[in-house]
Amino acid sequence: MSSNPSAHLHLAVALDGAGWHPAAWREAVSRPRELFTAGYWADLVTEAERGLLDFVTFEDGLGLQSSHPFAPDERTDQVRGRLDAVLTAARVAPLTRHIGLVPTVVATHTEPFHISKAIATLDYVSSGRAGVRVRVDARPDEAAHFGRRTVAHIDPDDLPAARETVTELFEEAADYVEVVRRLWDSWEDDAEIRDVATGRFIDRGKLHYIDFEGRHFHVKGPSITPRPPQGQPPVSALAHDTVPYRLVARQADIGYVTPRDADEARSIVAEIRAGQETAGRAGEPLHVFGDLVVLLDQDAAAARARLDRLDELAGEPYTGDAPVFTGTAAQLADRLQEFAAAGLTGFRLRPAVAGHDLPAVTRDLVPELQRRGAFRRAYEADTLRGLLGLARPANRYAATV
Amino acid sequence: MSKPLKQIHLAAHFPGVNNTTVWSDPAAGSHIEFASFAHFARTAERAKFDFLFLAEGLRLREQGGQIYDLDVVGRPDTFTVLAALAAVTDRLGLTGTINSTFNEPYEVARQFASLDHLSGGRSAWNVVTSWDAFTGENFRRGGFLPQEERYARAKEFLATAHELFDSWHGDEIVADPVTGTFLRDAKAGAFVHQGPQFDIHGRFDVPRSPQGRPVIFQAGDSEEGREFAAAGADAIFSRYASWDDGRAFYDDVKKRLAKYGRGKDQLLILPAATFVLGDTDAEAEELAGQVRRQQVSGATAIKHLEFVWNRDLSSYDPEGPLPDVDPDTGEDHIARGRAQVRMYRDRLATAREWRELAAAHHWSIRDLVIHTGNRQTFVGSPATVARTINEFVQGDVSDGFILVPHITPGGLDPFADKVVPLLQEQGVFRTDYEGTTLRDHLGLAHPDEADQRRVAS
Repeated sequence: MSSNPSAHLHLAVALDGAGWHPAAWREAVSRPRELFTAGYWADLVTEAERGLLDFVTFEDGLGLQSSHPFAPDERTDQVRGRLDAVLTAARVAPLTRHIGLVPTVVATHTEPFHISKAIATLDYVSSGRAGVRVRVDARPDEAAHFGRRTVAHIDPDDLPAARETVTELFEEAADYVEVVRRLWDSWEDDAEIRDVATGRFIDRGKLHYIDFEGRHFHVKGPSITPRPPQGQPPVSALAHDTVPYRLVARQADIGYVTPRDADEARSIVAEIRAGQETAGRAGEPLHVFGDLVVLLDQDAAAARARLDRLDELAGEPYTGDAPVFTGTAAQLADRLQEFAAAGLTGFRLRPAVAGHDLPAVTRDLVPELQRRGAFRRAYEADTLRGLLGLARPANRYAATV
Repeated sequence: MSKPLKQIHLAAHFPGVNNTTVWSDPAAGSHIEFASFAHFARTAERAKFDFLFLAEGLRLREQGGQIYDLDVVGRPDTFTVLAALAAVTDRLGLTGTINSTFNEPYEVARQFASLDHLSGGRSAWNVVTSWDAFTGENFRRGGFLPQEERYARAKEFLATAHELFDSWHGDEIVADPVTGTFLRDAKAGAFVHQGPQFDIHGRFDVPRSPQGRPVIFQAGDSEEGREFAAAGADAIFSRYASWDDGRAFYDDVKKRLAKYGRGKDQLLILPAATFVLGDTDAEAEELAGQVRRQQVSGATAIKHLEFVWNRDLSSYDPEGPLPDVDPDTGEDHIARGRAQVRMYRDRLATAREWRELAAAHHWSIRDLVIHTGNRQTFVGSPATVARTINEFVQGDVSDGFILVPHITPGGLDPFADKVVPLLQEQGVFRTDYEGTTLRDHLGLAHPDEADQRRVAS
């Protein structure tokens, strides 16, 4: 059967510690003492590349992981501690050739100037495979790690106030992405001329001040780093509600969403597409990926039993922001195709146990999707934009002839 | 009995965004593609160098209100490129320059601790300060510091970063799947810092890295900078590579260590040094002259004269005589974003001196800039250069050198191939790495050990 690339799903895997289940590190296949070594991350990303996945994401935050969304905990029974995601992505870049590398960055407390050049540099060291996932940080304890601002405590009982805080953080994140993107364009592609006759290394007419003036900050530019190989590395964000959907619609190339069923997927996609139109981006490609935590085994009962066992180790049933799937690769393929029919263009799978469920994705799910003509059989592009079907964009500052 | 020979430390500085770097040479490659960095790092590692060094600048330089276009412009993000280099090298130290004004301790500490983990203990941080509003325009934190506060901030930044590095001791991760204990200590990484620059508290999120803390470099030269280095740095990236200046600096800084309870081997002095090699000394001298002409084009000569004259000299012919007009002694307004400008405090005196020099030697503007600018530190045959470097180190000019080639990325190769073997034959440079961390290469104790030594003394 011939496969039609437009019918292909896009697949990413979200990497975090030993996996997404809090007890994942206790599984025999896990390597909890190696979580802070380069070798561990290189092995995971190499496995993902073996499965021809579009990209991997690297979770990150500016404080220790917590079982509570807005406050720290003092648990000692779960993985705590993390390496910087951008550096981890850069460390594995020279060891891989095709797979996209998408670290998480926190917009709330970092400098867009630093992040813009860091992701541009990740794009250079990976020859065009960088992306970035932008998130906000609403934890007051993490704000105290910086001491520059206070973040209002999110009180679930005071929804209007919580919504206002979250809206503010996402508005700021939208400005942040705008600055990052302008800085990527602040050098035109042919700015470096090396004209020996006049002694000029660059044509400074092709470098641009971005002069961003927003409500939260202003940034002059240009970047110190030339325009990255992809021009604009793909920007992505996780979104669970209207406010973050708006960030996705305005600024992202990929949104990660968490529908429980096909109907919900349909309505989320509709909301994002409407937001895209409002933002004046109606014609632009924007991927909407479904996020799923996955436990894959040869039969559904085994996967279910594994989840039960992990829950028992954790002392509580696993609940997260994304739906949890247990079953076989064929069942998961069915589910993905059903969601794809509802308008999702790809999926970001979160392996419950990295050492088990990542290889299950690459060795069982991927061949299953290939048999159905729904996934690539070889890497068809050299850049992440290429894998996602995104053209290399024109520079916003380049004079059009 | 003669004292034992010092072992030389050698490092490689990736060619920078100034006119030392000759981009116009046919052999000059990309300053931004990773292949250039990988080539450079592999050469340094093949030669058993201690480390690779990256500089940093956070705003493109300007002159006369326009982006300066005559030197290499543009560079990658320091942390990101060093993390990638950790993948293509195995032993080489990775030193990054990171500003303490336009960053926050929590973020920088987690980046260095991460780099140290990801490189197996090879990270080093060259702590620099800046205070200019010009650079601050690129940052949301905006602003800048009064000049007199820059060391106060740098000191407190470094002290705070150390508190973060030390908030994990190294034995917290148990990861016992049977008992379900991942962390031994529910408060691992807890810290509180209250000071005039930083008021932060919480928990640091990167466990203790192989070196404990990155190796700390300092580059400032002022009285305050020297004290700062003596108090806590592991190495100084200095500008004094000549015999007299180097010995004076070395002596001055090493003397300051005692009052901090530190031994003379606990702070290494490593000046930046350039080199030109030839088959013979005469050939090297001739090549050095050619390189100087490449480094100082006519356009570059005019721009350099503007640093002193502090006015637009674009109408002058670089092959002609020096301007009759005197420098503008008012506020600096010609060049922004570079340190060099501050070196000419008395503009009128410098102009007078340069006019006399030019008249005596019949020099054009370009000739003058070529001759008064920085001549290469080491010029000669490989044997001459190896002998000179060894004499300088044994004579306490320094503990070694940070070499700055003028060609990217291949400029280090001839040094690696021809000079390093001679130093090895003389028994003053390692023939292979003896340890795995940068502290091992530099002969520096792990911070836990160093702290014990300090308490004991």
